Amino acid sequence: METLMAVLVGIAFAASLYMMMRRSIVKLIIGLILLSNAANLLFFTAGGLTRGAPPLIPEGAEAPAGAVADPLPQALILTAIVISFGVLAFALVLIRKAYQVVQADDLDQMKGTDT
Amino acid sequence: MSLEIALPILLPLGFGAASLAAHRHIALQRWLGVAGTGALLAAALWLLRSVGREGIVVMHMGDWHAPFGITLAADLLGASMAVLTGLLGLATAVYSLASTPIGHERYGHWPLLHLLLAGVTGAFLTGDIFNLYVWFEVMLVASFALLTLGGERAQMEGAIKYVALNLLASMLFLSAVGITYGLVGTLNMADIAAKLGEVDRPGLVSTLAAMYMVAFGVKAGAFPLFFWLPASYHTPPVAVSALFAGLLSKVGVYALYRVFTLIFTQDVAYTHEILLWGAGLTMLTGVLGALAQTEIRRILSFQIISSVGFMLMGLALFTPLAIAGGILYTVQDIAVKIALFLTAGIIFRLLGSYRLEALGGLYRYRPWLGILFLIPALSLVGLPPMAGFIGKLTLVRAALEEGAWGITFIALLTGLLTLVSVIRIWQQGFWRGLPNRVADAALLTGERRDATLWLMYLPVAVLAALILAAGVYAQPLFALSESAAGQLLAPQAYIDAVLGEGAP
Repeated sequence: METLMAVLVGIAFAASLYMMMRRSIVKLIIGLILLSNAANLLFFTAGGLTRGAPPLIPEGAEAPAGAVADPLPQALILTAIVISFGVLAFALVLIRKAYQVVQADDLDQMKGTDT
Repeated sequence: MSLEIALPILLPLGFGAASLAAHRHIALQRWLGVAGTGALLAAALWLLRSVGREGIVVMHMGDWHAPFGITLAADLLGASMAVLTGLLGLATAVYSLASTPIGHERYGHWPLLHLLLAGVTGAFLTGDIFNLYVWFEVMLVASFALLTLGGERAQMEGAIKYVALNLLASMLFLSAVGITYGLVGTLNMADIAAKLGEVDRPGLVSTLAAMYMVAFGVKAGAFPLFFWLPASYHTPPVAVSALFAGLLSKVGVYALYRVFTLIFTQDVAYTHEILLWGAGLTMLTGVLGALAQTEIRRILSFQIISSVGFMLMGLALFTPLAIAGGILYTVQDIAVKIALFLTAGIIFRLLGSYRLEALGGLYRYRPWLGILFLIPALSLVGLPPMAGFIGKLTLVRAALEEGAWGITFIALLTGLLTLVSVIRIWQQGFWRGLPNRVADAALLTGERRDATLWLMYLPVAVLAALILAAGVYAQPLFALSESAAGQLLAPQAYIDAVLGEGAP
């Protein structure tokens, strides 16, 4: 399972970097969306995958019986998803505004502030 | 409970919320802006005093003790950076009163300013690496919005590069945090430092170190990851540019200092060698870029990169003297950069341009402005009696003691080239006569008066006085940097302070 997830994360990273290096700003945003999902999946996988053992403590006991899934990575990823959702929403508005101002979906025409 | 460590984060958050609630009342927002940044400065000074007296100040959020809860921990480095954040927040808030266009104020300049400061102090004071990521994002989102307020073409173009590259760095940082958690099962920085030594996978640890290095290197603007910085920093109004120049890239530098003195010290020969090469190339490319520019704000943007090289040099040499020099240089450079950007804003107000060919005659009509420009500019170059001289002297001495001739040569060469680039601004903007191209020089020659100009002069004058005072009477600042470096190089005290009192 871990191996499969690792390959999947690798493909997601590769695809997002490929998209980010295109000239179109829409593809840049698609690349960024994929990138944040890839990072979240990586976090999830690195935190350890445990199937069918929710971290619940039986009644009367003080610690869960046996090995259970670690709830912390999931909580952290939830935070990261919310943050990247907000940032990507901003990025979408930004490219719309940039498209209105520059009248092109082409990063090569946005070099005015470069050196 | 130590309230003083939470206040520098809570105050800007509270004032940000209050100015958001008062979004229809610009005058009230302005008052809140000055009061909030002033309160932040006072709270940060209180924190620095406590840290100076009692050592590292720690607070566990919700009384969940480390390593389970989120910990705030302030050592001397974090506390002094928080003080500088307050000082610079106050300086830019006062300056914004006179310089920020009313449209920007209507669309949230003041709340965003507070939230940006909250993110920056949060990053300086947190002791948890995932929390550091969160504060980075708070800071970034506020800076995205501040950068794009106004919606001009140049701002949009700059913002796309800024957003894309900073998001890439954030995601790399998040991935590194995930792998760290998988490796040691904790996110508290002190706990990671204590447990990473037991992990017997040197390859993975080195990879992790490189991931943090690249992620923070992008944020700091280190070679070869700095290209977003000169493309975007000069596009917003000058008060915002000054805040970015003074603080944002320094947060990346601070994170590098924290992570590479506390956590990744197993293989110093490998990681810090890379940092040393990065530092040398950063300072040289930065200053060469500055020489190629003809617009004041762009020259200064490249000078930010060059200075980051000096800060990294202190970290890379990794001796007590070098780290003290790096901290001292960072502290004075924050004030220098912000003073230079604010001076550029005054020049723009007087002559209506940032381009060198359209400037001139400033020294003839405004000699005091010339002096206010020269103090931070000479500190940037590293000439006595400014604070920058002490910083560079310490760094170069540390490099010579280590026998690092290459970096010494590059540092001194960079100093010389910096002098050339500063002299270009001085010669074209201040020294020569008023060129014919200037459209409207009535303000400069005093035919027309500007009632709010003193609000722009005041912060620059205070910062210049501080830079001069820190150069002439350098002992307190130098002693502070030395003790801060001592704390960084003895991480066991930090680990004990965070984990000790709550450990079962």
